[in-house]
Amino acid sequence: MKALAVENLEKGFGGVQAVDGISFSVEEGETVGIIGPNGAGKTTVFNLITGFYRPDRGNILFYGKNIAYLPPHRLPRLGIARTFQNLRLFGKMTVFENILSAMLVQGRYNLFSAIFRWTDYFVTESKAEEKARKLIEFFNLSGKEDQSADSLPYGEQRRLELARALALEPKVLLVDEPGAGMNPIEIQGLVQTMKEVKKQFLLTVVIIEHQMGLVMNISDKIVVMDFGEKIAEGTPDQVKKDRKVIEAYLGEEPL
Amino acid sequence: MKFFWEARKVILPAVLVYLVLKAIFGFHLVSGYIEQITLFSFIVILTSLGLNVIYGYTGQFSLGHAAFYGIGAYISAYLSKSLGVESILGFIPVLFLSGVSAGLVGCLIGVPILKLRDDFLAIATLGFGTLVRVILDNSDRFSEILGGSRGFVGIPRITNLELAFFVTVFLILVTRNIIFSRYGLFWRCVKNDELASQAIGINTSRMKLMAFSYGCFLAGIGGALYAHLYTFLHPSNFDILKSIDFLIIVIVGGMGSIVGTIYAGLIWVGFIEGLRIALPADMLDLRWVFIPLFLIGLMMWRPYGLIRKGG
Repeated sequence: MKALAVENLEKGFGGVQAVDGISFSVEEGETVGIIGPNGAGKTTVFNLITGFYRPDRGNILFYGKNIAYLPPHRLPRLGIARTFQNLRLFGKMTVFENILSAMLVQGRYNLFSAIFRWTDYFVTESKAEEKARKLIEFFNLSGKEDQSADSLPYGEQRRLELARALALEPKVLLVDEPGAGMNPIEIQGLVQTMKEVKKQFLLTVVIIEHQMGLVMNISDKIVVMDFGEKIAEGTPDQVKKDRKVIEAYLGEEPL
Repeated sequence: MKFFWEARKVILPAVLVYLVLKAIFGFHLVSGYIEQITLFSFIVILTSLGLNVIYGYTGQFSLGHAAFYGIGAYISAYLSKSLGVESILGFIPVLFLSGVSAGLVGCLIGVPILKLRDDFLAIATLGFGTLVRVILDNSDRFSEILGGSRGFVGIPRITNLELAFFVTVFLILVTRNIIFSRYGLFWRCVKNDELASQAIGINTSRMKLMAFSYGCFLAGIGGALYAHLYTFLHPSNFDILKSIDFLIIVIVGGMGSIVGTIYAGLIWVGFIEGLRIALPADMLDLRWVFIPLFLIGLMMWRPYGLIRKGG
């Protein structure tokens, strides 16, 4: 079953065609890596899928439903969560609040329950708090619940952002360069975490990454982009040998 | 009711404070003037709390808060005068209606202007504040009762200690309950990072509008209590300078701190009125030297407000 299908997606900014008719699909349970040189349009594809940009043309199907023109806040409810290339945490809020807020987006009680403290307020809150604690434990952030998010070291902030995305209980998770700014040892840890996360949460994952070691290691399929177009698609091994990919990364061989 | 049981730790001291104030006022230990500014300080706290919801919690910089305070004041005064309301019981629906009207106006102008960010929003709210001031100045053209630039006179005096105190305490509790619910959490998310808020599924425009309308509702209630405390309204009481007063209280008390707003409101009213008593009449203008100095000192000592030490 196709969890996500992108069809002929196009997006231009002024004179620049950032995404130029790209199509690919992601099977349920699969991990798909999107790679490509800087400026290839990878993040634009993410922003299109998650509703932050409106496509000029094309469709994005999530389990068959077209989500291409929905506002971004609708997507987590459907089951799509994302992280950002340059971390976007709620910096002045605590680790616990960062995760709790994502938990409570799905929690249903209205303003009057909140004001008059009706039963559904307590039920929803305590359930969400319990789940948040479990997630914090899973991501090795125990003991840091009450620290503000921006006081954490970089690697932990990355983990927290991932935890917050998973608090939405998504079906599809889009991860934008989780390895950015990490050293090889941290990358190793991240690979481990990503694999565990996938197993634990039964996720379909789409990942943008520059660190080849990371992306080749965890992806079932790789989509290679250059200048807004898809230039190759296949298993990591196929892609590594693809002529066009080598050209995009290393430049053409001189005649 | 669960609401009151949950809040028993606040209500018990509040009742104690009320009894002490009641005794002080009952035995005429202080002048009527002090009594009046005590009630006024509750109104200031309530209205500032509204701005704290808008600015301190949700990060929407508003320079027009006094306009909503004024809308509440004028609507309540018009209603109670034209309906002949004189008792507290009759006044309560008027009070509620004035708050709701101010909230609705906030909601209506919030739809277009809350899309703006930071300084643009400041200019838009400033513009709205000026607009309201101009309308109030010319209000006698709509209805003679409103008085226009001559001021609205002859409002019945209904606000007493019980009303001002318990309405303020009740609304502080309501606000606290909202702040400590998912809505308060989402407001703070929006303030921290709007894009990330959308990414976790928060409808940011709705949350901003909700915080803005609720803050304006509180200002409207504050205005209605004010109108029936001083029995006289003048457009100049609701201009940009008044908005700045509320802004100062929010910043002095600390952005996103209810307790801070309460302290700052008391200190603000106490300081201005206290200096009026402490200084000889011919030096009264020196207040506007002392107050800025006090603010500069405070901001150097506690840049994040009275309550919080760090960011």
